[in-house]
Amino acid sequence: MVLLCALVVVSFVFAEESGKAPAKKDGTSATVEPISDAESMRVQGEQRFRANCGRCHAAPQKFPPRMMKTVLRHMRVRATITDQDMRLVLFYMTQ
Amino acid sequence: MLEQCRKAASLRRQGSALPGLALFFVLLGMSAWSVAQTPESSVSSDPSPSTDSSTDNEKPVPILSGSAGAFSFVTAGQNLIDTQINPVLLVPLGDRWLIESRAEFEGEFQRPPDGGPYGGPVAKHLDYAQVDYIANPYLTVTAGRFLTPFGIFNERLYPVWIRALQPDPLILPINTADSDGAMLRGGFSVNKHANLNYAAYFSATSIGIDSVDSERHVGGRAGLFLPGPRLEVGGSWQRTLQDYRKNAFGFHMGWQPASRPLNLRAEFAHSFEGSGYWIEGLYRLSQVERWHKAMRRTEVVARMQQFFTGEIGPDAAADLGLPDVNTREADFGVNYFVHDGLKGVFSYGRIFSSEGDFNQWTFGVAYRWLIPLGRVGAR
Repeated sequence: MVLLCALVVVSFVFAEESGKAPAKKDGTSATVEPISDAESMRVQGEQRFRANCGRCHAAPQKFPPRMMKTVLRHMRVRATITDQDMRLVLFYMTQ
Repeated sequence: MLEQCRKAASLRRQGSALPGLALFFVLLGMSAWSVAQTPESSVSSDPSPSTDSSTDNEKPVPILSGSAGAFSFVTAGQNLIDTQINPVLLVPLGDRWLIESRAEFEGEFQRPPDGGPYGGPVAKHLDYAQVDYIANPYLTVTAGRFLTPFGIFNERLYPVWIRALQPDPLILPINTADSDGAMLRGGFSVNKHANLNYAAYFSATSIGIDSVDSERHVGGRAGLFLPGPRLEVGGSWQRTLQDYRKNAFGFHMGWQPASRPLNLRAEFAHSFEGSGYWIEGLYRLSQVERWHKAMRRTEVVARMQQFFTGEIGPDAAADLGLPDVNTREADFGVNYFVHDGLKGVFSYGRIFSSEGDFNQWTFGVAYRWLIPLGRVGAR
């Protein structure tokens, strides 16, 4: 129980600190890195889609954005993908 | 022994499914109410800022998803027809909440030994019904009934439309019964080369049809995913908090090299009830030039696994859906993806044990659907 409480506290501390820290180019911060253009986002989204989603299942068809948001939220929980992976995969799957 | 080898998971579940199924349909009704109450679009429907303004204004819609399958398992000359439908309900609420649930309806039909028509039970079970709260990029809090995060097969590979081979791994029943309680989980980037994922939970599951027994557990799983080589390694642990207070642990790995359409994964588990491992490789024939259109939809699979008995007797092992003797099994299969969400499956396996060696043939179809429970717009 103590360990679980510590886990919760540490996660909020990290979230708070990463929210204040500027985005670093080496990716050590968990803040959202600004992504300059749609093509770069699409490429990164496809890479992350293949790296994360391809671990378990074949590539599904692309669904409307409202559905993909729900699916990605489900995958965020089920597959414990990172926050940034979820956003980039969502962008890729809704193009 | 044959029943255990084919579908161990259905034997590990106990208790009445009616309250859980009632909950599933209540959640279904809630999702319809949720869609009726909320406007079609609003600003910022996810906790972290999106990089695309067009999806920013799209509010997630509840979804009724799920899978269905019809399979024939021929083990040592005995045919068993398995048909199942597994609806999944996803209800997003606000920016951070998700209610999700999955039910399982499975019929197993066989001819009686003295001949006659096929017949058998139809099992009903609530696999999970949980509320998730995405607190921050590092932490998601889950409460309710959830899939025990032990290893990778139970949580990620169990659905019939996802798994590469239909027969369950021999070690699946080890510490993967449903958990009722609370869980903390998440996945985050450690640096640009590695992602860490974790889950920690407490469970007080009610077990038994004729008693009020419960079994309390704590446990967790952690994994390190390297996006570059696409390699994940991790471990699981579970401790029973009553009776014998036994520990169980496991390891898992997964690798998908970027240069080949290959997926290699493995899992090991050790517990009081037994231990064992499975190693599975999948290869999509998308790089075969001949009959390319058909080959790119074809996937070949091979799995090797072993199970070693533990400290429990044969009757207890059978109750859990575990083999009652040391067992080895090798399976080879082919999956053909007709289109997204629909695949035909075929596999041959050979089971080796002191009770005899058996052939196991499997063929059938698996289908996945995705139905929005609200308007999704023009696309």
